[in-house]
Amino acid sequence: MKLPVWLRPILFIAALLAIWEIAVDLHPGQILPGPIGVAGGIVELLQHGLLFKYVIASLFRVTWGFILAALLAIPLGLTLGWYRRGEMAFNPLVQIFRPISPLAWIPIAILWFGVGDLAAIFLIFVGCFFPLLLTAMSAVHNIPAVYINAGRNFGLSPRAFVSRVLYPAVIPQLIVGLRITLGVAWLVVVAAEMISVNSGLGFLIVDARNAGNRYDLVVAGMVMIGAIGLLLDLGMRSLEQIKAFRWRSLEG
Amino acid sequence: MSTTEAVTPEPAAGLKLRTQHLGVVYDRDGKSMPVLEDISVEIADGEFICLVGPSGCGKSTLLNTMAGFLSPTSGSVTIDGETVSGPDPRRILVFQERGVFPWLTVEGNIGFGLSKLSRTERAERIAHYVKTVRLEGFENTYPSDLSGGMKQRLQVARALAVNPDILYLDEPFGALDSITRVIMRGELLRIWQTERRTIIFVTHDIDEAVQLADRVVVLSSRPARIKDILTIDIPHPRNISSPHYLELRDELLKQIGLAYEI
Repeated sequence: MKLPVWLRPILFIAALLAIWEIAVDLHPGQILPGPIGVAGGIVELLQHGLLFKYVIASLFRVTWGFILAALLAIPLGLTLGWYRRGEMAFNPLVQIFRPISPLAWIPIAILWFGVGDLAAIFLIFVGCFFPLLLTAMSAVHNIPAVYINAGRNFGLSPRAFVSRVLYPAVIPQLIVGLRITLGVAWLVVVAAEMISVNSGLGFLIVDARNAGNRYDLVVAGMVMIGAIGLLLDLGMRSLEQIKAFRWRSLEG
Repeated sequence: MSTTEAVTPEPAAGLKLRTQHLGVVYDRDGKSMPVLEDISVEIADGEFICLVGPSGCGKSTLLNTMAGFLSPTSGSVTIDGETVSGPDPRRILVFQERGVFPWLTVEGNIGFGLSKLSRTERAERIAHYVKTVRLEGFENTYPSDLSGGMKQRLQVARALAVNPDILYLDEPFGALDSITRVIMRGELLRIWQTERRTIIFVTHDIDEAVQLADRVVVLSSRPARIKDILTIDIPHPRNISSPHYLELRDELLKQIGLAYEI
């Protein structure tokens, strides 16, 4: 029997869920819930209006942290990438900050911003800033010289050169960088919410465990994180499909 | 006539570009490497010049210096009596590969240098050059969907659209297959005959030079000096099996130091 391609992953996941449920049913008294229990947890969250509230709280923090980082890191990275001397001065600092996990900033975030949204946004900002900075710098380095020369030949003003050559030339790489970084932001927000706020999906997971071992809600939170992460990635991927943006992959 | 002295162009035509004792020295890891030495040449308005020489001799360096992308270490390049100090939209360089902007359509590429024109003028100019390089029907196509030859025609159209008085071509057909290359030569000649710009064309293909050029500037191996300047006095269209054509071709092969037989 030939299955349609799109059906295969669905059937595979369904099979895994069935095994999970059977395994849990065979060992009664386990704290870990089965998929039916988890679905019940999601329904319960929906009924209390908590699911949307938490998802939106998490997305709110990710959006702000991510956008602020992009607004700062991309222009700075493009500038540093263009002026190599600036990059040489900046690079050691970047390389020192880069390997510090955003989670290491949690105490400082709380110290500066208290327990709340700002601290979480700051952590996401820190987690996104350095990868975006490096992406922007390397995107400039990778512009083929021939585009720069062609741009110079037509007598563009510096401003026109940036908007008509530099910017379109780096876009494909920037989009890849933004996509990866958005994934990072989504990872960081969950961790940040476990410590420094009292809403959001990360908070849900920690809170469900602390308030009476509600592992059905813990896993429900995890499922939602995975599902939304997937949607975010699909959204960013759809940007890559825009023809004027995806020339790099077509150059071959 | 092995000489580095300036060579007088056709008496009737006005002088367009002149290099005087041009020298370029590259600095590689603290070592200075002379690439061009004492290049003096005069090119007349509307002339078709080919620069040939062994590969790596500095043909492209000479072209890039003439176009203002590189500064001479010694000597000078003047166009219409004015010293060249940088790239200028009045003369456009066509690159061997990847010269068109992949994020713009055919129309967008041809219109790239035309942002100062009014909308209608711009559209007219684009339509004219789409036709000139025979890309009708591909106006909204992105370069990734064009063949290599079409991309090079597009690059030529983008260059012509800004009305340059000199077109520099850096082995523009070098990356094309041999059949496309022959077709492209015909197209370029047709365009040159109708538009009458000065063309300076770098190639390592002897036949290409003899088929296209009014004069062929032969460079020696690095550091490049002018070995000879050969006038191809055959009117277009050229019969490429005529004795005179073969004679000039042999002469050129000899200049480059290639034997008659393989």
